[in-house]
Amino acid sequence: MSVEGLLRLGDNTLVLGQRLSAWCGHAPALEEDIALANIALDLIGQTQLWLGLAAAREGQGRDTDTLAFHRDAWDFRNLLLVEQPNRDFGVTMMRQFLFDTWHLAALTALTEHADADISAIAQKTVKEVTYHRERSTDTVIALGDGTEESHNRMQSALDRLWPYVGEMFANDDADLTDMTTLRAPFDTHVTATMAEATLVRPDSDFAHMGGKTGIRHSEHLGHMLATMQVLPRSYPDAKW
Amino acid sequence: MVTTRASLDDIWGWLSEVPDPEIPVISVVDLGIIRDVAWQGDTLQVTVTPTYSGCPATAVINMEIEAALRARGIDHIALKRQIAPPWTTDWLSDTGRAKLEAYGIAPPRAAGGPARCPHCKADTVERISQFGSTPCKAQWRCTTCLEPFDYFKCI
Repeated sequence: MSVEGLLRLGDNTLVLGQRLSAWCGHAPALEEDIALANIALDLIGQTQLWLGLAAAREGQGRDTDTLAFHRDAWDFRNLLLVEQPNRDFGVTMMRQFLFDTWHLAALTALTEHADADISAIAQKTVKEVTYHRERSTDTVIALGDGTEESHNRMQSALDRLWPYVGEMFANDDADLTDMTTLRAPFDTHVTATMAEATLVRPDSDFAHMGGKTGIRHSEHLGHMLATMQVLPRSYPDAKW
Repeated sequence: MVTTRASLDDIWGWLSEVPDPEIPVISVVDLGIIRDVAWQGDTLQVTVTPTYSGCPATAVINMEIEAALRARGIDHIALKRQIAPPWTTDWLSDTGRAKLEAYGIAPPRAAGGPARCPHCKADTVERISQFGSTPCKAQWRCTTCLEPFDYFKCI
């Protein structure tokens, strides 16, 4: 059933949108601050589309907010990559680059989905994500091929996050498109970008798994959800 | 009871007076987000498409559309959200483009950047940031008059 597949897409954008929002007021330059907040805003908007459709298809009387604020860590179906902590700006931008590259490939495939609602959301969001990938690619190149300090930080970010890449291409029946077919376009873009950024792709393709199936999230997700969900859980009737 | 339904031309005219909340110099019609207006019985259905998925102006725009139509005596209004085909800056009207530039915002271009500085009209421009004060804008600057300006992103 497609609800699980919709949750995977909506939980990715929700969790990463929340992570990026934490940079607001803290980024290294005003332009970066504004850019991260804008990307977070796009992702939260996309979450409303995906989780809104998931709630409608599920037909259990839940809505977007119920799904976002009243599920626990084990109910979430996001990739382990997006729940990884922000750490420094280099890690944040490398995480963004890896996610954007996969996300663009996934949404491009989903524009052809037989379900008209899924295809419509993909057509809408693929335009925003094209822009996200352009920016994160430029930033990874600028920092990778930058100063010795920025280069070292980007290489260490890549080494740290690479074990979370494999999960993006794991596939099962709940996925809305065959994720294994996205690996080739992903590799092409990553290889070209790393060459320009003078960064070295790690040898090992060992992959941590368990985020998109909900079997084993990292400890980080629960802490993030505690912050994100505290208000609607403490005051269930609160309205903006 | 007999009620007179306003003509669709009149309604398009009223909507063309509803300003975009973030860029009040252009209207929601100039922006190209009103996709259709149709009477269904005595209910007026207005089809609106969002610019960006997360644009917070969307909710305000819906309220303003409804308020403008109510002020003209239309009581039954249904706003329909349509996301496909997705909004594109190609739907920005020529009037809208001219108003944007006069306001100091360079209009979108397929080339991916502004043709010229909206202030001094020089073509010596460079990008500061891919993002700006709202989801629909990027920051550029003119190297002739040295003024920074907003560029309406082309999507």
